[in-house]
Amino acid sequence: MSDPEIKNAVFKILRRIAPEANLDQINSEENLREALDIDSFDYLNLMIGLHEELKVEIPESDYRSLGTLGELVRYLAGRLR
Amino acid sequence: MSWEPIKKDPSAWTVPPNLACYEKTCAGFSWEAIRRELDGLPGGRGLNIAHEAVDRHANGALRNQLALRWISREGQTEDFTYADLKEKTNRFANLLGQLGIGKGDAVFALAGRIPELYITALGTLKNGSLFCPLFSAFGPEPLQQRLSKGEAKVLVTTTRLYRKNVAQLRASLPMLKHVLLADSDQDVAEDVCSFQQGLAAASGEFTIPPTDPEQHALLHFTSGTTGTPKGAIHVHQAVLMHYMTGKYVLDLHPGDVFWCTADPGWVTGTSYGIIAPLALGVTNIVDEADFDAERWYRILEQQRVSVWYTAPTAIRMLMRLPIEPRKQYDLRHLRFIASVGEPLNPAAVLWGQQALGLPIHDNWWQTETGGIMIANFASMDIRPGSMGRPLPGVEAAIVRRIDEKTVEPIPEPGVDGELALKPGWPSMFRGYLHEDQRYRKCFQSGWYITGDLARRDADGYYEFVGRADDIIKTAGHMVGPFEVESVLLEHPAVAEAGVIGKPDPIIGELVKAFVSLKPGCPPSEELRLDLLGFARKRLGSVVAPKEIEFQKSLPRTRSGKIMRRLLKMRELGLPEGDTSTLESAV
Repeated sequence: MSDPEIKNAVFKILRRIAPEANLDQINSEENLREALDIDSFDYLNLMIGLHEELKVEIPESDYRSLGTLGELVRYLAGRLR
Repeated sequence: MSWEPIKKDPSAWTVPPNLACYEKTCAGFSWEAIRRELDGLPGGRGLNIAHEAVDRHANGALRNQLALRWISREGQTEDFTYADLKEKTNRFANLLGQLGIGKGDAVFALAGRIPELYITALGTLKNGSLFCPLFSAFGPEPLQQRLSKGEAKVLVTTTRLYRKNVAQLRASLPMLKHVLLADSDQDVAEDVCSFQQGLAAASGEFTIPPTDPEQHALLHFTSGTTGTPKGAIHVHQAVLMHYMTGKYVLDLHPGDVFWCTADPGWVTGTSYGIIAPLALGVTNIVDEADFDAERWYRILEQQRVSVWYTAPTAIRMLMRLPIEPRKQYDLRHLRFIASVGEPLNPAAVLWGQQALGLPIHDNWWQTETGGIMIANFASMDIRPGSMGRPLPGVEAAIVRRIDEKTVEPIPEPGVDGELALKPGWPSMFRGYLHEDQRYRKCFQSGWYITGDLARRDADGYYEFVGRADDIIKTAGHMVGPFEVESVLLEHPAVAEAGVIGKPDPIIGELVKAFVSLKPGCPPSEELRLDLLGFARKRLGSVVAPKEIEFQKSLPRTRSGKIMRRLLKMRELGLPEGDTSTLESAV
């Protein structure tokens, strides 16, 4: 899966959680939770959604290093390879 | 299922608890004696929270003691001794004076956990002004209601939050004269200025004006079942309660490092995230970042936290992880753990015992009470699932309703009823701002009626049963269904909205909305997302619904009120009971 494809998958889940957000304007190194006003419950749902969408295991202990869109895409790319 | 009590072994105490014997301390207790443990303003000029929390230590032996250690999101620390805090808060009080802000004027803060928030809170109290914190995840709607009702004259915030959620409201907030941006190096407009520049230009010398112990100090908004949020007012002598509960419940001792994970946007984060630890002269840890299991364990380890006050939602999130905290982290400094926000389930109490080597002490209080009212104490056995026993100086009861205006205490144990408190403790709210009637309604037959249902066992331990009203408790925060319904009803497609708390294993309850649509608006996933986004934009993530479900019509009583109770029973799959008063039992 290419990075843009992964990004699209992330956006797909984010649209379900924060439908009002303008996702194209997110800076890839900006903290997602802050930029999109996502609380820890929403964030958990983002991770669960990604797990279901991409069939990839994301251990909770890795959540902390996945704060930005860039980190998330790089991490998922690594996991999917 | 009944749970074995957790026994306390006095021989294992490294530090003897401040409250060694509950009965003895209660018997010998007086508020006058607690007052004597505080200083009061020099020259008998009254009692001011900021003097007790900051100046009295800065003027004495604790001058160079670390008062507040701030940990930035990136992990950098910034330290403030009591002397530093005194000087900074003096400057802020002087800055308020220069802006023409005086006694009783409302100063609001809307920010994450940044040092400027703490300086604002304490500097405002020094100046005799009223401090009101706002949660940084609030959207424009809750902000407008609170800023307007609280007649905010000054708002301390950040550039991002101001632009995103406040700038658009300015026209509707004529009372708001000054916005101070914590992160801006320079003034942005005549009335939108740099906090730091203002602070730098102000003098570091300040004398706290005479402060009547009954002078208004803090304003905390809390949600009601109906109408707009209520502004609970607290006075300066609330500090007696902050101090006393810091001593007896949190068991703070000299040299302790204390960490309260609550955000000052809520009452716990102010009473215990700012005032109580400072009033006791210990070191207060503030972490800017949100929940993160490994980061939290690291903070406990590296900062050598000895007393930790956190919340059930966080504990349940920690419980999910395959981390063995005692093996992976050095938590030897941790001595006492307490929890508040919603009832702590017995399994979580026991998890503490197993995973952290310490039981977790649940306690109970609410915005209106200003401080902890019922608690599990360090020296007392814990009955998992119980919130403990009333504080010394606090009289609690389970009452039964005689009629709409009368209640009577239930003397026998084991009976469910409304939890009530005898008025008279120093941190009791003194009113709901501009809503005297709403305030008076809280008091019946000489009792303050808390709105919570509870029971008491034969030994005087209290157990939480539920809310007497429709208020939702999500991740420890109160959300009024009415606020959410009102916003949903503003959406052009919505005909009716009913909002409930849906039980959730992690956050207690999540906000769920049932919506019926106007003719010509068919339900669709697209519309559901549009509605969700609409609510999130207006309310912010903390208040907006997490789930929205369409229904053809919502059940109403004959008088036209939406039956939230019935929506909830359906959600839970429970029998609906007597529905004879319903207009449309669909």
